[in-house]
Amino acid sequence: MAVARKADYIVQTPALRLRTYSLLGLFVFLRPLGNLSLAWGTKHFPQVLSLNPLVYLRAMVDPFVALGIAMLILALLTRMALLSLADLSFVLPVTAIGYVLATLFGQVFLHENVHAQQWIGSVLIFLGTGLVGTTSQNTTTPAEEPG
Amino acid sequence: MKWILLSVVVTATALSDLLQSHEMKRAGEQSVGARGLARLLKTIAMRRYLILSIVCLAISFFAFMALVQAEPLSFAVPASASSFILETVAAKFVLKERVGMRRGAGALLVLGGVILLAR
Repeated sequence: MAVARKADYIVQTPALRLRTYSLLGLFVFLRPLGNLSLAWGTKHFPQVLSLNPLVYLRAMVDPFVALGIAMLILALLTRMALLSLADLSFVLPVTAIGYVLATLFGQVFLHENVHAQQWIGSVLIFLGTGLVGTTSQNTTTPAEEPG
Repeated sequence: MKWILLSVVVTATALSDLLQSHEMKRAGEQSVGARGLARLLKTIAMRRYLILSIVCLAISFFAFMALVQAEPLSFAVPASASSFILETVAAKFVLKERVGMRRGAGALLVLGGVILLAR
């Protein structure tokens, strides 16, 4: 019980919560934007991507592909920083909101068809994310302050 | 073949996330500002389990690429989302996180949403 109270006290710190949600926001936008840039670049790339590594290397010179890769690397590092502050079982469902953004970006920028079933899926993800967002972000060890 | 690829995707993703979560909490709070990124990269370079987690991530990525090449995306995405459940269970029993009713129910709602989204 004392441990639970201690854990609850740790996660309720407003500064820690703000840092966690800042990283969450950054990650949630970076990943779909990175995927969008990558998809845009590869769709407009004149050659078909095959097993030939040279074609991949040529594709990586495309500014949209390069920007997409850079954003996805930054997204990976942001997620790692996020895992230093919050539980894995918290981060997994909360960051799934990115799937909804990816669907939205796909419809708006790539003119992909989004069906009713997919919007229902998006609502479920919203609800699940909201529900997990009400739980303590860190239930194991307190995150250390940077040295 | 598709089940072998799927097993590789799910296992490698779960292993990568578990290693990252365990090591990042041990490393202490990280940030992604200019100085924070340099510190984070140094942390990754100095921790072999974090390097192993990135190797697992790469294995998962290439297995997923092979999976979507052979199978429809409407199978690959929801099937690989099963790592969600495996990871939540592992987070509870391996990482000793407190997964209560709300967090468990939220994770199931998200899983249902991902399955519907990948039609």
